[in-house]
Amino acid sequence: MKPILKAEDLQVAFGGVIAADRVNLTVLADEVLAIVGSNGSGKTTFVNVCTGYIKPRRGEVYFGNTALSRLHPRAITRLGIARAFQIPQLFAEHTVLENLLLAAAARRGFWRPFSAISRPCYLEEAREALGLLGLEGCASQRAAQLSEGTRKLVDIAMALALRPRLLFMDEPTSGVSSDEAIVIMEAVMGALARAGITTVFVEHDMEMVRRYAHRVAVWESGRVVAQGQPHGILHDSQIRESIAGMA
Amino acid sequence: MKGPRALLWVCLAAAAVAVALASPWASFILTVALAKGLAALGVALLLRAGLMSLGHALFYAAGGYGAAYLARWLGVTDLLLLLGAGFLSATVLGLFTGAVLVRYRAIFFAMLNLAASMVFFSLVTKLYNLTGGSDGMPLPVPTMFGLKPGQGLFYLTLACVFVCAGGLRRYLDSAMGQGLGAIATNEIRLEYLGISVNGLLFVNYAISAGLGGLGGALAAIAIGHVTPELFFWTTSAQLLLGAALGGAGSVAGPFAGMLLLEGVRTAASQYAPLLWEMAMGLCALAVALFVPQGLSGIVDLPQQWKRAVQ
Amino acid sequence: MLTPIVIDGLSDAALLFLVAVGLTMVFGVLRVVNIAHGSFFALGAYAAITLGLWAGALGLSQALSYGALVLSALLVAALFGPLTERLCLRATYGRGEIAQMLVTFGIFLILDDVQKLVFGVQERQNDAPLSLLGVCNLGGIVYPVYQIALVGLAVVVAFSLRWFLRGTRAGKLVLSVVHDAEMARFSGIDTAKVSVAAFTFGVFLAALGGSLASPITGAAPGMSAEATILAFAVAAIGGLGRVEGAGLAALIVGLGRAFAVYYAPAFDRATPYLVMFAVLLFRPQGLLGVVETRRL
Ligand SMILES: Nc1ncnc2c1ncn2[C@@H]1O[C@H](COP(=O)(O)OP(=O)(O)O)[C@@H](O)[C@H]1O
Ligand SMILES: [Mg+2]
Repeated sequence: MKPILKAEDLQVAFGGVIAADRVNLTVLADEVLAIVGSNGSGKTTFVNVCTGYIKPRRGEVYFGNTALSRLHPRAITRLGIARAFQIPQLFAEHTVLENLLLAAAARRGFWRPFSAISRPCYLEEAREALGLLGLEGCASQRAAQLSEGTRKLVDIAMALALRPRLLFMDEPTSGVSSDEAIVIMEAVMGALARAGITTVFVEHDMEMVRRYAHRVAVWESGRVVAQGQPHGILHDSQIRESIAGMA
Repeated sequence: MKGPRALLWVCLAAAAVAVALASPWASFILTVALAKGLAALGVALLLRAGLMSLGHALFYAAGGYGAAYLARWLGVTDLLLLLGAGFLSATVLGLFTGAVLVRYRAIFFAMLNLAASMVFFSLVTKLYNLTGGSDGMPLPVPTMFGLKPGQGLFYLTLACVFVCAGGLRRYLDSAMGQGLGAIATNEIRLEYLGISVNGLLFVNYAISAGLGGLGGALAAIAIGHVTPELFFWTTSAQLLLGAALGGAGSVAGPFAGMLLLEGVRTAASQYAPLLWEMAMGLCALAVALFVPQGLSGIVDLPQQWKRAVQ
Repeated sequence: MLTPIVIDGLSDAALLFLVAVGLTMVFGVLRVVNIAHGSFFALGAYAAITLGLWAGALGLSQALSYGALVLSALLVAALFGPLTERLCLRATYGRGEIAQMLVTFGIFLILDDVQKLVFGVQERQNDAPLSLLGVCNLGGIVYPVYQIALVGLAVVVAFSLRWFLRGTRAGKLVLSVVHDAEMARFSGIDTAKVSVAAFTFGVFLAALGGSLASPITGAAPGMSAEATILAFAVAAIGGLGRVEGAGLAALIVGLGRAFAVYYAPAFDRATPYLVMFAVLLFRPQGLLGVVETRRL
């Protein structure tokens, strides 16, 4: 398979804390890559760098031939990289449908001052993204009123509505009961596979990793300490110990 | 939803015309109030994005001075040209200040707008030869296609109100308009949808400056005179409170708020000049503490109840 | 030529610091930018002048007008601090910036008219603190000693504030609430009381600035708006919430304004704002401010 994203020698430090320490990682086209590691090991930081929220002190991320480290999140998004967040980032005062309409409009021509956001083509796309995750029922609810699990789903649906080539998901199941988690992951991963979207997801639940990941990368103190097939990695006792530190 | 709202607008217009026909004095007051309402609508656009401008008088005044300069330098008296000059000068000024100011948020945005308007206030007051100093400048009695318009200015103002309100309603229903509320709640997500938050704010700022200029030009022509007071922070305060009192939630709100406030101001200037700021202050407290949606929130209450029942 | 500009600049800087320090302290502690700050500054000035003149009229010792400077600040703080925080500000905590700005702006507007109603629209002045200390001759130019002493006074205020916040129990209590309100509440601190106390202390600082400045500036309508804008400019240049920053910014603006008075008088009043625009353009967080990024 072809590489789609390549991180080379990334370094990030916050004051004295080294959050990325010479990170090298390649994401292959069409794969599902899981990132695991204890709290504070730098997983979110890696996603932040790849999506332009944090500028690395050193190193570079390539998406195809495009260097990403100097681009804004919006420019990276427009290249076809989307992101779902550890803490859902929604427009709290808008309804779920309006949240998705904004995403659909953002993809297809946002800057039209006199064309209604609820025009049929946007509506269709927004409904479709909701449908992928079984969210039709709460379309008219205000985002601020949703339960944590639903907020996570809406957050992911917004990323999906952008129809990215590569999707980062930061702990899609954290803060969600384990019963709910299975339902969420089933829906999300099914939709991603059908749409053929390359996926990188940060995950604490090894069961989910075993089920959905093609490959795993293990983080520890800002470094990638191991990567490979899920069954090989998850059976390595040293690695299990290092992951055991996590919540 | 469309029916009652349209009806409301028609009633408002009919009431305005009726009052204006009753006396020239009333038509003058209404003209100024509606002109200020246009500027307040501009302030409301910014409020929607979660930004509070304490210096919108800058554009209101720029509109007035733009029209006055056209008359002074080129001897133009045509009403539409004067209006165009006011609108354009405020918009251009808005493009420049907006390019810098949309990068700031919260109190920084509020105070930098205030500072910008006060810098202009102090310069306009001091550069007597260029601006007439604190005496200001006169505006000519306007003509329209060579005719003296009489009450025409009032009807033109009313037309401006309807055109702007209609246009703004469509703008607020577009993705860009909805994006303003999104800025207020989550800028980061908007950036992660591929939208430039500052770009959207910039466009919005320019529109809001243009509205300020249009309102300022209309008011200046009605009054027949511009003074540096137009730049002063008390003018900004009135525009802000008109918007907040009416509510940024609908395009009608700022006009309603401004009609009310201008009424209070007219009464205060006659009977209790030392209570005008206090009245504005009480409005600010009332809106902030008790009715965050302003008057338009009260108008929308039945709709909210209906939604709650569903 | 240079010496008088520098001396003017320094004494102007002292005034500017006194205007700004309360605003920046309250923001640092409560995360509230108090638009009514300038009103409290003006009330402090009016109260000091009125008290001083009363003392003079009663035939009391003129030296009492120095006591009046501090007493008036205490009065203003006691009268307005708790009232404002309890009745108005508290309702806005956690409700977003617009509500907070509207509330403090509303208080500002109300107090502006209250001042006119109570103290009239004439300019007021009490020279006693100025004339008692006499004048001195620096580099061939005569200055009131009080104007020079104000520089020292500003330094004293800066260091006492630092000592209060870092070196006393009360100060540490305040800082702990700032650092993590949830944690502080958990460990049994009454955060509501701390908020009232901190805000009242901020009002005291604002009023003290006004009263100490009043022998030089007098008091007149319009003073509060100017004080609020100046205070914000100085605080923003230095980094909102940073007391040391306010000191540095006051020096820069004070000296800048003194130079402008000599070389470009049309711009003297605009100088603080122009400096603010210039600084914020390149350092939006101010000279000593730190950037806070939201964690995702
Ligand atoms: N904005 C920030 N400022 C300071 N330190 C940060 C910031 N973001 C992350 N860190 C620190 O960097 C380290 C890695 O954090 P993060 O990438 O969020 O870890 P993870 O997602 O693996 O739990 C942690 O020690 C965290 O405290
Ligand atoms: Mg994380």
